[in-house]
Amino acid sequence: MLRGLLKLPQVRGGVHPVGHKDRSAALHILDLPLPERLYLPLRQHAGADAIPVVKVGDKVLKGQMVAVAPSEISAPVHASSSGRVVEIAEIMAPHPSGLKSTAIVIETDGEDRWIDTGVSGDPYDEEPLTLANRVANAGIVGMGGAIFPAAVKLKQGTRHEIKTVLVNGSECEPFLTCDDRLMREKAEEIVEGARLIRHILRAYKAVIAIEDNKPEAIAAMRAAAEPYGMVEVEAVPSMYPMGSAKQLIQEITGREVPAGARSTSVGVLVHNVGTVYAIQQALTYGRPLVSRIVTVAGGAINRPRNVNALVGTPVQHLIDACGGLNGDPAKLVLGGPMMGMPLPSTQVPTIKGATGVLALAKHEVPRSEASPCIRCASCVEACPMGLLPLEMAARSRADDFEGADDYGLRDCILCGSCAYVCPSHIPLVQYFQYAKGEQDAKRTAAKKMDYTVELSLAKQARIEAEKAAKAAEKAAKKAAKKKPVTATKPAETEAIKSPSEEESV
Amino acid sequence: MSDATVFSSPFAHTGNSVTYVMLQVCFALVPCTLFGLYLFGWPALFLFLVTCSAAVFTELLCLYWLKQPWYRVLDGSALLTGWLIAITLPPWAPWWIGAVGAFFGVAVGKQLYGGIGQNIFNPAMLARTALLITFPVQLTSWVAPAPLGSELAPSFLQSLSITFASAPAPDALTGATALGHLKTALTLEQSASDVLANDFIWWEALLGVSAGSMGETSEVLVLLGALFLMWRRIIRWEIPVSMLATLAIFSLIFEVADSDNYAGVLFHLTSGGVLLGAFFIATDPITSPISRLAKLIFGAGCGLLVFVIRNWGGFPEAVAFSVLFMNSLTPLIDRYCRPRVYGRLPGGKPLPPLPSVDLAREVKRR
Ligand code: SF4
Ligand code: SF4
Repeated sequence: MLRGLLKLPQVRGGVHPVGHKDRSAALHILDLPLPERLYLPLRQHAGADAIPVVKVGDKVLKGQMVAVAPSEISAPVHASSSGRVVEIAEIMAPHPSGLKSTAIVIETDGEDRWIDTGVSGDPYDEEPLTLANRVANAGIVGMGGAIFPAAVKLKQGTRHEIKTVLVNGSECEPFLTCDDRLMREKAEEIVEGARLIRHILRAYKAVIAIEDNKPEAIAAMRAAAEPYGMVEVEAVPSMYPMGSAKQLIQEITGREVPAGARSTSVGVLVHNVGTVYAIQQALTYGRPLVSRIVTVAGGAINRPRNVNALVGTPVQHLIDACGGLNGDPAKLVLGGPMMGMPLPSTQVPTIKGATGVLALAKHEVPRSEASPCIRCASCVEACPMGLLPLEMAARSRADDFEGADDYGLRDCILCGSCAYVCPSHIPLVQYFQYAKGEQDAKRTAAKKMDYTVELSLAKQARIEAEKAAKAAEKAAKKAAKKKPVTATKPAETEAIKSPSEEESV
Repeated sequence: MSDATVFSSPFAHTGNSVTYVMLQVCFALVPCTLFGLYLFGWPALFLFLVTCSAAVFTELLCLYWLKQPWYRVLDGSALLTGWLIAITLPPWAPWWIGAVGAFFGVAVGKQLYGGIGQNIFNPAMLARTALLITFPVQLTSWVAPAPLGSELAPSFLQSLSITFASAPAPDALTGATALGHLKTALTLEQSASDVLANDFIWWEALLGVSAGSMGETSEVLVLLGALFLMWRRIIRWEIPVSMLATLAIFSLIFEVADSDNYAGVLFHLTSGGVLLGAFFIATDPITSPISRLAKLIFGAGCGLLVFVIRNWGGFPEAVAFSVLFMNSLTPLIDRYCRPRVYGRLPGGKPLPPLPSVDLAREVKRR
């Protein structure tokens, strides 16, 4: 109540990093010239790798599906321009480990010819599920960097009561202005996208949340939303990490998402403005996700600005379009400086989740040697989740993962606010990533183990059941004259066993 | 090109550092220290310099022994420890008191525990307590202020012999602190209100023109430094406020109940470095708890102990003991007072899911 009156953010903690947004926010989005080759990694989304459905030598058109999603939680990949598949090979893809991943390489023919999208008619006449499937087929993932398939969220949403579709235009990361620019230039499309999502989910209303440091975007969106009653634009206080789904929900609705639950459990579904734009393009024009807006910025970039890049364009191509580098960058980052990941080289391709490409100059990169923790509690004050980063780090360092969990590791969103303020320069997030990684590995191993045990148990049960069946059969034969025996029992055990097996797969 | 695997996000930083934190604390101590140096003259300056350089030298020595990088000394923590010891000593104490104190504080109080961040007790208070127990005479010989340039102030050469040759202070200047005086008077069956009515002038105590250690005397300047630190968000309000409030509340209750034996609120708040303790010593991040509630509890504990020790304990000087005692409880308090995690109840269980009726209800906040 008091916070509301004082206009303080509802979110706890948080930090206020310097924006560095002015230069790239001032210029129009630049359309890039076609690159000679496009590199389409098969993993650009959370979930399983996509499976190629083209061969080397095939001619492809822009928007043609070149790799399909093997499961629900995955996304297909489309050719982002017309041309010829020249290779399906391992390339260096944006991944912190610098590991290689498989990609489809397309040599562009310069025509940039669209495939016949075959979409006509009013999407509002369609069934929600049909629309959600169209979003899935368009290969749309969370464009704010979360890269979770958008359709999965939509489908989950249709099963719950969704009150608010929350369109996340807060863009709290320093340097990044791609959402800002998109909202200024494509406001109507975004509002239309929000209405379509509201239609799919049968939600009551759509709220577009924008940080108050983007007055132009707020004005543009307000103007575009004007004609529609159920679309509201709300300005939220600027702070990091306002753009994190949990924090934004807290800010807009005043509610917290219970630990371990999804945001649907508080009646909210969050989508980034980039995702909403892509959904609108897919549903209105049938265009799959083949390009995105990327902010190219940082002290080592000559002319920072936003570019509209085809998915698969080498990062070097983006940098060249922005006047190139002024010297050797101290760090290349994919995404924002707070949560982005280091890029191994400028030869990696642009992926669907790439919000930005930053070439940071020496003075913009923090020094790396850490000193001991002085328990100053700055990290505790900064943590938007109310955790104790210093205790989590101390335990992660000692490989005491249960202890780290107990101090909040499982609730950590890896936002980096803690490491940003730590006077001892302790790489807190690095410890958390390490601990989370180890735990995931352990959990997967344990699951495998469980599964094997379950399988062998099931096998044993089956053998026993067979034995029992045989015995029963014998007994039945013996007693056939007297009365029918319940020989159905073994079958029953089987029936009970099998669903649980399926679940664990 | 970039060394991709060396470190992970975030690739941004406030630019804050441990050195910067420590130096800002030192900076906040400058006003009251300068005033103390002016009040107590050359001997105080000599003692101050000896103590600070002894602390830094000890730190270097320890780092060398422990094979730690020498530049760790630049984090400023040793300087701060030395500084805090110096301004809590009787200003005319002989040089070796300062040197031994600084050595003890840095070597035993900090490095023996494993260096910065590992110590359980506040090094400066540990050193001061050790000195008080080992050298009670030197540690309780107070002098009345003799401002530089005043008649009673010793000359430069006299001062050298006071600090470095333990020459006795002129009789005219020796005296007890207000607390010590009260304690003695009470044992002589005088009533507290009488004693204080005669001797204790609260605004003098507040401004700091009284016998005492260098940094303890001027409460106004201590407050000035404290405000600076709070503005810089280096210390938070919880510990000092709860400490002072607890002390005030208890002294008020007892003063009202029995003013013959108990001194009043103002006396307690302005004497014996309570303010220095509350703002600069109890708030030491390394030895105080983390969360807000824990800090409040810690501060309240310190305040209560100060009151108890002052009134019923053997030493008139209580701040050091209470802070050390609460330091030892810090891990315990920390364990039971954690901040509430987003999406969880205070106990750590997830928030209950919303029933659909609640889901539909609008939450208005603006
Ligand atoms: S901010 Fe850094 S130094 Fe301060 S308590 Fe947290 S981890 Fe320790
Ligand atoms: S990275 Fe984790 S621990 Fe650090 S501030 Fe963010 S949520 Fe808190």
